[in-house]
Amino acid sequence: MSLFVVENVSKHFSNHTALDSVSIEIPKQGIFGLLGPNGAGKTTLIRIINQITAPDSGKLFFNGEKLNPNHISQIGYLPEERGLYKKMKVGEQAIYLAQLKGLSRSETIKRLRYWFEKFEIASWWDKKVEELSKGMQQKIQFIVTILHEPKLLIFDEPFSGFDPINVNLLKEEILNLRDNGATIIFSTHNMGSVEELCDHIALINNSKKILDGNVDEIRNAYNDNTFELLYTGFNDDLRSILNANFNVLEQSEDQGKQFAKVKIEKGRSNDLIEAVIPHLQIHSFEELIPSMNDIFIRRVEEANQ
Amino acid sequence: MDKIKLIILREYLTRVKKKSFIVMTFVGPLLMAALMIVPVFLATLENEDEKRIGVIDDSGLFEGKFQDTKSMKFFILEKSMDEAKTHLMTSSDYGFIHIPKNIVSDPDAASFYSRKQPGINTKEDLERVIRKELEDIKLINTIDQLNLSANDKVVALKIPETIKTRVSLTTIKLGEGAEEEETFAEASMVIGIFAGIIIYFFIFMFGVQVMRGVIEEKTNRIIEVIISSVKPFQLMMGKIIGIALVGLTQLALWIVLTTGIVTIYNMATGTGSSQTAQTEMLSKNMNISDEIDIQKEFEDQNKVMKIINSLPMGQILISFVLYFLFGYLLYAALFAAVGSAVDNETDTQQFMFPITIPLILAMVMAQFIIQNPEGPAAFWFSIIPLTSPVIMLVRIPFGVPIEELILSIGLLIGAFLGATWMAARIYRIGILMYGKKPTWKELAKWVRFKG
Repeated sequence: MSLFVVENVSKHFSNHTALDSVSIEIPKQGIFGLLGPNGAGKTTLIRIINQITAPDSGKLFFNGEKLNPNHISQIGYLPEERGLYKKMKVGEQAIYLAQLKGLSRSETIKRLRYWFEKFEIASWWDKKVEELSKGMQQKIQFIVTILHEPKLLIFDEPFSGFDPINVNLLKEEILNLRDNGATIIFSTHNMGSVEELCDHIALINNSKKILDGNVDEIRNAYNDNTFELLYTGFNDDLRSILNANFNVLEQSEDQGKQFAKVKIEKGRSNDLIEAVIPHLQIHSFEELIPSMNDIFIRRVEEANQ
Repeated sequence: MDKIKLIILREYLTRVKKKSFIVMTFVGPLLMAALMIVPVFLATLENEDEKRIGVIDDSGLFEGKFQDTKSMKFFILEKSMDEAKTHLMTSSDYGFIHIPKNIVSDPDAASFYSRKQPGINTKEDLERVIRKELEDIKLINTIDQLNLSANDKVVALKIPETIKTRVSLTTIKLGEGAEEEETFAEASMVIGIFAGIIIYFFIFMFGVQVMRGVIEEKTNRIIEVIISSVKPFQLMMGKIIGIALVGLTQLALWIVLTTGIVTIYNMATGTGSSQTAQTEMLSKNMNISDEIDIQKEFEDQNKVMKIINSLPMGQILISFVLYFLFGYLLYAALFAAVGSAVDNETDTQQFMFPITIPLILAMVMAQFIIQNPEGPAAFWFSIIPLTSPVIMLVRIPFGVPIEELILSIGLLIGAFLGATWMAARIYRIGILMYGKKPTWKELAKWVRFKG
């Protein structure tokens, strides 16, 4: 079942089209990667989901209901360009922002205590935001985003500005949130974290959706039967022992070990192993499933041609 | 609605807690109090040039009693009142004092005629001489009546209470045949210009605060977080209303503190007691109807108060509140739109220009309109919404037909609604636009954009 459905949504600005009939379904309790190059229309789509802007046409559904202002309190949004009131104190500001999302004051303070202790930042409560480092401000902003325990969370480049330790802390929290029932839209350029975190993705390029689906299924669909082989005991060209069913893409030597990338044009992986076993000592044999990064670049380049 | 309340509260509290607000709250009244106190104080510092003052003593009691001082030389004037008046206009004398026969029974009957309004010191010096003489006379009379010897000290010590006399000298400025109406015109002018300036000042100061607040949220990038929780319109109106409340708070504090400072000053210097005397004198002044050719300058707040009472104060107050409120709201909406369209304050110039021009024009025009508050310029500037808050306030003390007032306020409210609608449409797009400063054409497009 989908938590959020985007149906044929289009949005035009005076001189360009930001979204062209985009349809997306965001499954419940998963992490959904919203991918695309800069200027593809991701931010516009996120703003439409947040009801910051209205689409020119198309329909939006939250939990089966037509999207309406009552849903605002069930959505949490961490924009890419983050900001807080610089002159306001941390605690005061967090309370204000949570209250705007409809949380009561006493409940806000209770939850803030929990999070401030969890992140070990309780001593910041009475500091002005401008006195904090950028990473510290990001932490505050993250807490504020999730404080009202929304059903849908939208993170736009959540890891930018964090050091690796805090990135891990954040990843952990995001996974926790999902396990506790939240649905997460995750917009990023960092394909590594997409593979690590996302269950589903949609790729938007030039205002159109060009790819979407389950991450594993997409990667398998782009699997072109290429294998990586690490071996010793054979220093000649691999092509001399392989027939036309196999296409050697790359060969190299590194610290006494031979390395080759072979695409199987016809047959199965076992055929390749059978063909090489008599000649060499295999150290590892691995199927090369294309990374999201490769797929991203390939699809965007194809679409732009 | 609750969200708007939260926004209003935040906008209000963060500003009221600021150091600059607190400083302004105390410096403002000090300046205003100084503005009220210094002229009075300066009036006591008269120039030390020698003043020749004639004495017409019909009572025959004051011969040789007016002693020359460093600044005042007295001489006996053997002329009738009319002769003395014409003489004064041609001579280099400072003025003359007339003491009528009934001075003993009516201590306030003495008058001082001069070409220039006498300073407080001169007046008080003259009053002191009269008072002292009258008290002496009373003392002697009382002693005579009691049939006591002047050596009877026990009784004499009790006497001063009964003979204490309060003297109030009527000061009359002789001049060209100006009528009393003139005075009212002057008071109307002062009140009109003052109200106009206050409205102008507040619209500007707090309108710009609205604009700064919008720019701050934009450059902080907090705007996107907030408008994912509330509608841009709520945020804009919350800010405008919150800042309006800051303005009203400041105004109220200024009035209270200024009044406080002036009262304390008056109490400390004892100006207050002489004012009560002057009030009595003033009520007498008003009765002298035969002195048509004499223009009585209003010389202190009491007289101003009297004139103020004759003005349509209720109308002035209600209009002040209405024009203050809707004038501010109209301009604040425009300032908010400007703030949303730019990324930083230096970029605001181009868009500020058309907003500030009507305001400045209104202030400039006010000086001319005050001379001719019924003319066509006065009419049009007080009807057109962008100038009406200032100009109408200038006109109102002179009396404005009620239908003109209704038309003007109606148009102002209409303009406020229109400006808010338009500003909200620019605002909702502008706050999310970064980078290039928009052109006028683009702003017009934003207004037409759907949702």
